[in-house]
Amino acid sequence: MKEAAVSSGGLSLARRRLLRLPHFNISKLSASDLFVYGAAIAVALILLCAIAPQWLAPYSPTAMQADQVLLHPNWSHPLGTDYFGRDVLSVVVYGSRDSLIIGFVSVLVGSLTGGLIGALAGYAGGIIDTILMRIVDVLMTIPGVLLALAIAAALGPSLTNVVLAVAAATVPGYARVMRGQIMSMKARPFITASRSIGATGPVIFWRHVLPNSLSPMFVMAAIGIGSSILTGAGLSFLGLGTIKEIPDWGALLSQGRGYLTVAWWICTFPGLAITVFVLSVNILGDRVRDRLDPKRSRG
Amino acid sequence: MGKSVFVRIYTSLLVLVGALIVVFIIMNVLPGDPALMMLDPAESTPEMIATMRHQLGLDRPFYVRFAEYFVNLLHGDFGNSMVNSDPVLPKIIKHFPATLALTAMSSAIAVVIGIVLGVLSALHRNKPIDLLARLIGLFGISMPTFWSGILLILIFSVQLGWLPAMGSTGFKSLIMPSLTLGLVGAGFIVRMVRTSMLDVINESFIVTLRSKGLSERVIMYQHALRNALIPAITMIGMIVGEMLAGTVVIETVFSRQGIGRIIADAIMAKDLPVVQGVVFFSAVVYIIVNLLVDLSYSFIDPRVRRAS
Amino acid sequence: MSQLLAIDRLSVDFTTAKGRLRAISDVSLHLEAGETVCLVGESGSGKTITSKSIMRLIDYENGVISGGSIVLDGEELSTMPQSELRALRGRKMAMVFQEPMAAFDPVFTVGSQIIEVILRHKQRNKAGAWEHAVHLLRRVGIPEPEVRMKQYPNELSGGMLQRAMIAMALACGPELLIADEPTTALDVTIQAQILHLLQELKQEFNMAILLVTHDMGIAAEMADRVIVMYAGQVVEQATAVQLFEQPHHPYTRGLLQSITTMDSDRNARLYAIQGSIPNLSELPGGCRFHPRCPFATEQCLAETPPLAEVNGRLSACWHAGRLVQSDSWYSVLSEKTAETSESVVPDKKQHLEVKSIAANRLQLEVDSNTSSDSKINESSASELLFKVEGLSKHYPIRGGLLNRSQSRIRAVDQVSFAIRQGETFGLVGESGSGKSTLGRVLLQLEGATEGSVSFRGQSLSELSGADLRRARRDMQIVFQDPQGSVNPRWSVGEIIGEPLRVHEKALGGKERRARVEELLELVGLNPAWYDRYPHEFSGGQRQRIGIARAIALQPRFILADEAVSALDVSVQAQIVNLMKDLQQRLNLTYLFIAHGLNIVRHISDRIGVMYLGKLVEIAPSEELFRNPAHHYTRGLISSIPQPDPARKREFIAIQGEIPSPAKPPGGCRFHTRCPAATDRCRNEEPAMREVGTDHFTACHYPIG
Repeated sequence: MKEAAVSSGGLSLARRRLLRLPHFNISKLSASDLFVYGAAIAVALILLCAIAPQWLAPYSPTAMQADQVLLHPNWSHPLGTDYFGRDVLSVVVYGSRDSLIIGFVSVLVGSLTGGLIGALAGYAGGIIDTILMRIVDVLMTIPGVLLALAIAAALGPSLTNVVLAVAAATVPGYARVMRGQIMSMKARPFITASRSIGATGPVIFWRHVLPNSLSPMFVMAAIGIGSSILTGAGLSFLGLGTIKEIPDWGALLSQGRGYLTVAWWICTFPGLAITVFVLSVNILGDRVRDRLDPKRSRG
Repeated sequence: MGKSVFVRIYTSLLVLVGALIVVFIIMNVLPGDPALMMLDPAESTPEMIATMRHQLGLDRPFYVRFAEYFVNLLHGDFGNSMVNSDPVLPKIIKHFPATLALTAMSSAIAVVIGIVLGVLSALHRNKPIDLLARLIGLFGISMPTFWSGILLILIFSVQLGWLPAMGSTGFKSLIMPSLTLGLVGAGFIVRMVRTSMLDVINESFIVTLRSKGLSERVIMYQHALRNALIPAITMIGMIVGEMLAGTVVIETVFSRQGIGRIIADAIMAKDLPVVQGVVFFSAVVYIIVNLLVDLSYSFIDPRVRRAS
Repeated sequence: MSQLLAIDRLSVDFTTAKGRLRAISDVSLHLEAGETVCLVGESGSGKTITSKSIMRLIDYENGVISGGSIVLDGEELSTMPQSELRALRGRKMAMVFQEPMAAFDPVFTVGSQIIEVILRHKQRNKAGAWEHAVHLLRRVGIPEPEVRMKQYPNELSGGMLQRAMIAMALACGPELLIADEPTTALDVTIQAQILHLLQELKQEFNMAILLVTHDMGIAAEMADRVIVMYAGQVVEQATAVQLFEQPHHPYTRGLLQSITTMDSDRNARLYAIQGSIPNLSELPGGCRFHPRCPFATEQCLAETPPLAEVNGRLSACWHAGRLVQSDSWYSVLSEKTAETSESVVPDKKQHLEVKSIAANRLQLEVDSNTSSDSKINESSASELLFKVEGLSKHYPIRGGLLNRSQSRIRAVDQVSFAIRQGETFGLVGESGSGKSTLGRVLLQLEGATEGSVSFRGQSLSELSGADLRRARRDMQIVFQDPQGSVNPRWSVGEIIGEPLRVHEKALGGKERRARVEELLELVGLNPAWYDRYPHEFSGGQRQRIGIARAIALQPRFILADEAVSALDVSVQAQIVNLMKDLQQRLNLTYLFIAHGLNIVRHISDRIGVMYLGKLVEIAPSEELFRNPAHHYTRGLISSIPQPDPARKREFIAIQGEIPSPAKPPGGCRFHTRCPAATDRCRNEEPAMREVGTDHFTACHYPIG
């Protein structure tokens, strides 16, 4: 590296170029750019909460102080305390981990499974396609929340099961999109070109069709993180979530509901955390979509 | 017409049966035993569990049970609750109207707000109204209903005391739940209509219309809007489904008596006949709505109407 | 002077993501009442933007008039507020667009869209507007206008829609009709009908037409005056006769020389303007044409030439007056003008190497084919490469409750012909004639419904998957859309190397790279571009990549499916020349499918004419054009606009439109449009028979 040769100013410039950050100039930013930067900061902060909650939480999430029950937000407890005397801020910070795991892992599992099914249907065609897509059609008529609820209830309450339930509910959507993408790719001239060269089916699929079919899946997954978090939190709220010492945001909200008239802050802040995170993820997801699909790039 | 109404109804019925099978499989094949839920595990002997399983018919293979359930269903018999042996059908019929009212009201709010804001947003791109509409869209799809509902209760019931925090009777009790739910649908529709409107505005026939000397008003509200609404209409069916499903959470938040709450309770108690019954009725509603959407779609879009 | 339209030093800027771009600079032109002026140029010349600026439609596309004036009948349009412009649009000036399918609002009936403009300009009441619209539709040649009024755009064919579009434009009796490539999306027979219609209507409605086109033939046929644009500027303006007789700008000269006509020498190389049209963001200084101009001097590099009068016309060239006096202006293929920029002629040694690889492979194949009949095949293969007998391809139309097939589209129906070793066989026909399907079935990219295809004596349909894949190395394709036919995520090296990877697995990475670099050179691309991606190349260069991939395995046969149709004229000539060169060097056989008849004539030895899934005529190229035997062939040929204003063609263009291949007419399929059809034609299908040496036709009453 030439780093030694450049001055500190040059170094920051070189780094900026490395990270491909656009030149930051507040006055030139449009409103939507501001949203994107804000969202990125919010997501980073919440990710930090999930990874290293001990850095951000002022108290232990399990420390119950019997003399400090249901305190209003104040200087020592910025978001107040709950009915056990726990610091709400600390519980929210620690609760981020399970909420985020539900969001990200379920999207990962759901998009991979759905993508695989869709790819298989689209690639194989014929009777396999018909059968798989009929099943997907049926699953699509049952709203995702209901499907997740039924699966979560059947499997019993645990983090893994909530992740599986939320993921399962998203599978049909991914399968349909992936299949459509594969089908339209198969009709493209460069696929015919590859066939005419004599390339075998699997080679064409892995080297041409699949790589070119992934970007809509990627966009869908980016936008799906938000709704998966919402579904997961909804399951927790209904009591199907994790039963743990440190509740996730949905469970926290559900517990706080009973104290609504006396302590508004117990419900309000976990909900705010969910909203801020999902909002930010959606803003970033929209940007990802705009970048990958220039036609949709409309600020 | 590409597909006759008859074909549509026929495929819808197949989908309905499929949905019942899926739910049956989820509730039966996945681990978890309803018999255990109905007995106190500490006191029950294996014999008692076996007797209970036999009483509930759980000792037979699930396909036999499904066949039996299905035959009964064809005779209008939805079975009895496993929890309290009440017949399922009257219970659903009793509580369905409240849920339907909530669904209809939220869907109406979603469609009206969604379409109006979506169109205004696209027509006044990058103006304050566009920013507002996009924010409403983003918040709509990002806020958990169980939180926005609680916030409404905090403000309008706890603080201001204007509206009841719970209950399922009267129009007043419908306002907050349907607003909460409707905002979610509105969020989806705003985003979709805006995109679709912007797509249409970039179509080349808009240039033709301009070359004819038509005013922007006529071009946007007569031509562009009608084209942009076509994809939005398809979405309405989906939105109604989402609203219906959303009642599961909303009815819990606002302590309303409705089938959303019933199914939530039933799922947790693994009360299969109740779950099946509610799924059946919800699927029927969903299918009817989509059928109507399909029909109106072919009315609005001549390409579908006359395609032969 | 009764100038209807006067544009003076008009400049238009567009705001793009990359900043402000000047799309047209200092464009001046005028139209007199009742005159037809053609605005010609290749893509990126600014001709469409010029036409849209007149109506100020650019205002809606981030475009801004940054200088100059547009005066229509005494009124200044460039500064007029939109509200006042609206009163003029559709009434005083009207426009016809390129894609009739996209230019109508799909959810309103055709009739309501015509009535709309009449009511907008308050020329008639509702009932009167309806009557007028029906009258107009009838006038533009639409059968059953009352029915069409109530139909939606998707229910009409492209040709019918373009007629309706013209009717709509004429609805308020405009004085100026702007037609932007009105026939580009249509078949040549329909194009001839529409152009003819425009000529008639111009007289009848006494209007001026500004016709934007890329086709010099159309310009010659239609124009009183021609304006040539290049890279956003007017480079030449002259009467049609002047321009085609003696162009006064090197670009015009190049354009005219690079198009093939019915009279051009088939054995000569096509003239090609070197290089490609510059991007608006990187326009060269001085004369914008200088990097591609064989006559460019220091002055051309330094100073922008003004559009000045030379010999009674306008030309923006410093040397126009001097050049037209010189001999080199008239020599088509002087050394300097030969296509040199991109094509690097490979040295002899390398060329021999390619040959020797091919020979080795041939040897190997002969060795592996030891069965007795393969010997016979080898001997017969020297004559016929492809033998097609009774080939049909039908697509089922599914529908109904159980998705059963109810009827069939007969895309290709009972076609027999042969392609000889080393020849170029051209295949022409309107869209829907089945020519592309035939090509794909030939290569077994789709299975035939009936009939047989044998390649070098071997029946392709009987080959197993692995054998067929092995056979594919001898048959390759070059596609129409150079953009879509390459994987956008692959580098050029990977794209061209793919066939090698598939068939020559023994080849190491280094050797493969060396081979690909050879191939790049062979098709006239820089081998250093190995690691670049398709989006970094122009359309013509991408087509070269496609060709390099096709020849990578030294195949015997290449199917060129509309391979040059999407390219600009000057680039088209480069690619045709390249294909001809490669054919000689590599001993290739081509099946050249195209709708551009002139180019097919130039490149083909023999030509087959298809109509509605049937092959109706096969003849040697010259013979077919000189003595067409089938009435369809004759109509097709006379539909081609010729770049010679002196030769206004007699109109025996084919009437009507091609019927649906789902319900082809009985007997001779052409009888519905044939001027010579009799009862026999309606009932009895004509068989293919020889009417001259090597000349076959399927017609009961062949011409001549």
